[in-house]
Amino acid sequence: MADASIPLVEARGLGVAYGGRTVLERIDLAVAPGEIVTLVGPNGSGKTTLVRAVLGLIDASEGAVRRREPLSVGYVPQHLAIDATLPLTVRRFLRLGALAGDDAVDVVLEEVGAGALAGAACHALSGGELRRVALARALLRSPDLLVLDEPTSGVDVSGQAALYRLIRRIRDARGCGVLLVSHSLHLVMAATDRVICLNRHICCEGHPEAVSRHPEYLALFGDEAAGDIAVYAHHHDHAHDLSGAPVGGDVHGHGHGHGHGHGEKPAGGGGKDKARSHG
Amino acid sequence: MDDFILRAVLAGIGVALVAGPMGCFVVWRRMSYFGAALAHSALLGVALGLLAGISPTIGIIVVCVAVALLMAGLDRNRLFAADTLLGILAHGTLAAGLIAMTMLQTVRIDLMGYLFGDILAVTRADLFWILGGGAACLAALAALWRPLLAITAHEELARVEGVAVERTRLAFMLLIAFVIAVAMKIVGVLLIVSLLIIPAAAARRFSATPEAMAALAAVFGCLSVVGGLAASARWDAPAGPAIAATATVLFFLSLLPVRRAG
Repeated sequence: MADASIPLVEARGLGVAYGGRTVLERIDLAVAPGEIVTLVGPNGSGKTTLVRAVLGLIDASEGAVRRREPLSVGYVPQHLAIDATLPLTVRRFLRLGALAGDDAVDVVLEEVGAGALAGAACHALSGGELRRVALARALLRSPDLLVLDEPTSGVDVSGQAALYRLIRRIRDARGCGVLLVSHSLHLVMAATDRVICLNRHICCEGHPEAVSRHPEYLALFGDEAAGDIAVYAHHHDHAHDLSGAPVGGDVHGHGHGHGHGHGEKPAGGGGKDKARSHG
Repeated sequence: MDDFILRAVLAGIGVALVAGPMGCFVVWRRMSYFGAALAHSALLGVALGLLAGISPTIGIIVVCVAVALLMAGLDRNRLFAADTLLGILAHGTLAAGLIAMTMLQTVRIDLMGYLFGDILAVTRADLFWILGGGAACLAALAALWRPLLAITAHEELARVEGVAVERTRLAFMLLIAFVIAVAMKIVGVLLIVSLLIIPAAAARRFSATPEAMAALAAVFGCLSVVGGLAASARWDAPAGPAIAATATVLFFLSLLPVRRAG
């Protein structure tokens, strides 16, 4: 890995709008080599949009995304389907992403636990299997940055835990940076270094334990989050209206520094914030 | 065998060899409407080519390329679905082509020949153009194969992996325009798409790799040409429609259940 202090990818003041409607605003995001960053947020919070902007698949309407050059990116999209009219084996699908021999292909397929699928037709795979295969295709490219959009959707809970352990192992073995999207923080906690809680803007970010207790996070995830962790007394420094825009109170949680283990957030508007960092 | 039959067989096979592999991508990429729109606009190309006093083939290429570029530009329009835009282009250019044709009344034109093909009237010069042009198209497709297959399997993955998606797509669109100009004489504007997609679709069930499907589509295309010409000679049927009908029969035969050996 090259200099670890230079982020693999960095967004500054990123905003995305579709047809005049703001989907993302004021996003600052960086992924360092060897770091696992997880985006959490409710449906419609712009997680996939942010990932696509970071990948350069959509244009930012504000701000900019800088990628280290050269940067080998491995991407596993959330929705992945191969048209049944296209006869494509799993091996061949992997080789579309990188020039590699059969041996190298089989190694990465084994690594993701999809060795048995090598000869299968892509269109016959389930969504979960195809994402695993896409992860192997990403690994075959020896990525500096791995981007995974909801890699566990449609996978049962024990399978999800195993998949997150696998992602962590991949990071440990290869030293690549990982940008992960998850709809729930609970399962991904152990496999992530830093969490960014997103709801069209960055609500809060930091060490997973700290974010899980952050009032902004709890306000977004409500009962689901409360069931995951002990219930903490908290006050919201602002509420969200139906469009997701913060209303009332100062908006905090923007523009604060990045880094591991910071979780102590400035509590807004005199709210009693009991978030603390375990980092 | 009569010379004109031999020329017809050679020309038909020449077109089928390039239309099969090209047609696979048309099927995989769901571009049959795009092919139909280009084919319909080819008639306008013929008329403009004749009006300008140059060859109809050059007119076809110019108009098809213009329509392909126009479609590539309109693709960014989010208000209408692609099939709506293609339908508008297909019928708008067909109407313009038919009007332009009637303005050429001073010249006697075989309108039916342009609509349904006139494979039995293929000249030596036509044959040279079909075989040479077809070989050039195949070579271009081979050069484009890897990136084109990557964006066909999954466009966003290919883009993230550094494939020049727009350039590859545009190159393939232009290639379809050339194939249509090459195939025009054989089956005419209304049946060109049949030579592209029907042999490819018939080949799907028997293919485990993209390359196998492309090769088999070429074989099925050749069988359709030979079968169609034979049927045309036997029953005095129009040759272009007979070729398309033979391909259609092959497609439905390909759907029949096969008993696996062993």
